[in-house]
Amino acid sequence: MRTNLSERVFQEIAQLVPTGSRVLDLGCADGDLLEYLSRTKQVKGMGVDIDETMVLQCVARGISVFQGNLDEGLRDYQTSSYDFVILSRTLQVVHKPVLILKEMVRVGKHAIVTFPNFGYLPIRLQLLLKGQMPVTPSLPFQWYDTPNIHLCTKKDFRNLCKALGILILKEIDLWNSKRIPAFLGNLCATEVCFLLQGSNNGNTK
Amino acid sequence: MDSMGTRATQVGSVGIVTPKEFTFGSSTAPLELESGKTLYPITVRYETYGNLNKEKSNAILILHAFSGDAHVAGYKTEQDRYPGWWDPMVGPGKPFDTNKYYVICSNVLGGCQGTTGPSSINPATGKPYGLSFPLITIGDMVKVQRYLIDHLEIERLLTVVGGSMGGMQALEWAITYPERVRSAIVIAATPRLTAQGIAFNAVGRNAITSDPNWNGGDYYGKAIPSRGLAIARMVGHITYLSEQSMHDKFGRRLQNREQYGFDFNDQFAVESYLEYQGDKFVERFDANSYIYISRAMDYFNLDEKYGSLGAAFRRTQAKFLIVSFTSDWLYPPKQSKEMVFALMKEGKDVSYAELDCPYGHDSFLIETERQGKLFSSFLENLYAH
Repeated sequence: MRTNLSERVFQEIAQLVPTGSRVLDLGCADGDLLEYLSRTKQVKGMGVDIDETMVLQCVARGISVFQGNLDEGLRDYQTSSYDFVILSRTLQVVHKPVLILKEMVRVGKHAIVTFPNFGYLPIRLQLLLKGQMPVTPSLPFQWYDTPNIHLCTKKDFRNLCKALGILILKEIDLWNSKRIPAFLGNLCATEVCFLLQGSNNGNTK
Repeated sequence: MDSMGTRATQVGSVGIVTPKEFTFGSSTAPLELESGKTLYPITVRYETYGNLNKEKSNAILILHAFSGDAHVAGYKTEQDRYPGWWDPMVGPGKPFDTNKYYVICSNVLGGCQGTTGPSSINPATGKPYGLSFPLITIGDMVKVQRYLIDHLEIERLLTVVGGSMGGMQALEWAITYPERVRSAIVIAATPRLTAQGIAFNAVGRNAITSDPNWNGGDYYGKAIPSRGLAIARMVGHITYLSEQSMHDKFGRRLQNREQYGFDFNDQFAVESYLEYQGDKFVERFDANSYIYISRAMDYFNLDEKYGSLGAAFRRTQAKFLIVSFTSDWLYPPKQSKEMVFALMKEGKDVSYAELDCPYGHDSFLIETERQGKLFSSFLENLYAH
């Protein structure tokens, strides 16, 4: 089921994507983001997901999809073959986040990454005050059964981009589907969205 | 008869099916083969299920594999024990829903089920062609099918779909006649037969040609090379299964004994199964057809024919759905993925599913439920737009 927050994230992504762009959505699930982008921005989209049930749902919606494992990277994808490569709420479940980020900015002229911010104050407080691993509406799993193996804060992600030489073109910070100022992001954002570009791509512009 | 009523009225079945025939080609307008040779006349035996709509927009062409035939679904007679080879896929309410779609399948050129092949009578001599039949290709099979589709006055097929050698034909259709196919479902296929594939085919052909009864292909009306053909089938059959599926089905069980007798009556269950498959095959297949069709597969190589895989796909207009199976080591997922990426590179509309399935290459015949869901969703969406 689509929540208000994910609807809002879709809207933010759609604002970053010009009409008619070529979009690759990694971890596309049932194809709802691609369907949204096709409807609102007439994108030419392709999804990637590992789960057969999800692939089936994409096919049923007429969304092109590739059943594959993101941890194998994108080696068969041509450099700059997409205008946008999107990783929406998937970064935290991949085994090799560095590999996937490098590949995204290679294959896409731009990359968009969204993820739940682990620096969000109530999350910090749960660990600090209760002494327990945080459980929130965005991250509803217990530590022992969570698919989220690579959680990070907004600040962590910025540092990684810097270390990888990935340019951050835009940051969007959301608190329960409301935009908040960037300087509050690391502490107050439940969800963050980054528009990225590989340094090589940037130099050629 | 089973509790569901007669064969003719069985729920979800297309019932009793009568094959149809169509003949074309003459000395002035023969079939031109890829080899440069010509052939005429050509008879095509085919089956159809469901009804062609007014707009002629609901036609599905199913393409059968090496040892398959046009009898996809339903029964030939009331007494028929088994339905067609893809019966769970074709029928009222089934994935290729005959209430909605018009489904066609024809026997391939070079085969032995009614379409012209080496066992057909050569009108020039009044005798079976035997080895005087020209060598054919997958492209030639597809060309013959195009004559059939012209004959049925269908401008554009909703989809062409096939597994294994059927997948090769689906690819050829989409490449050779881009304006004639809206979509192609390519299952457990490959852009070219590998050296390994050619090698297995060679063993099969050698088994046949070493049978004394083969007699240079001239055995019609005499004792047939049944032993050679059975061995060819046994080798082929091993390549269609997986280690896992053979282990699950047979393990190391003995057929009729509990313990080894250490004599030549010891027989493992898997041996007995292969013998049975071989013998059953001989009853319905022609040894020369085996040679010609396996050779046609050996020639199959899209890169060579069109310059490159990219060049082959550049001309296509169809929406593609490519499916492979994790346990298929004959045409492994890698080969399907190569096609998917080549299509993507050309900016074509393609989806890829890699079904986790233990049955090896034969998965496309066995795992009908998951494929069925995939294909019906794919077609419903396409047909609605």
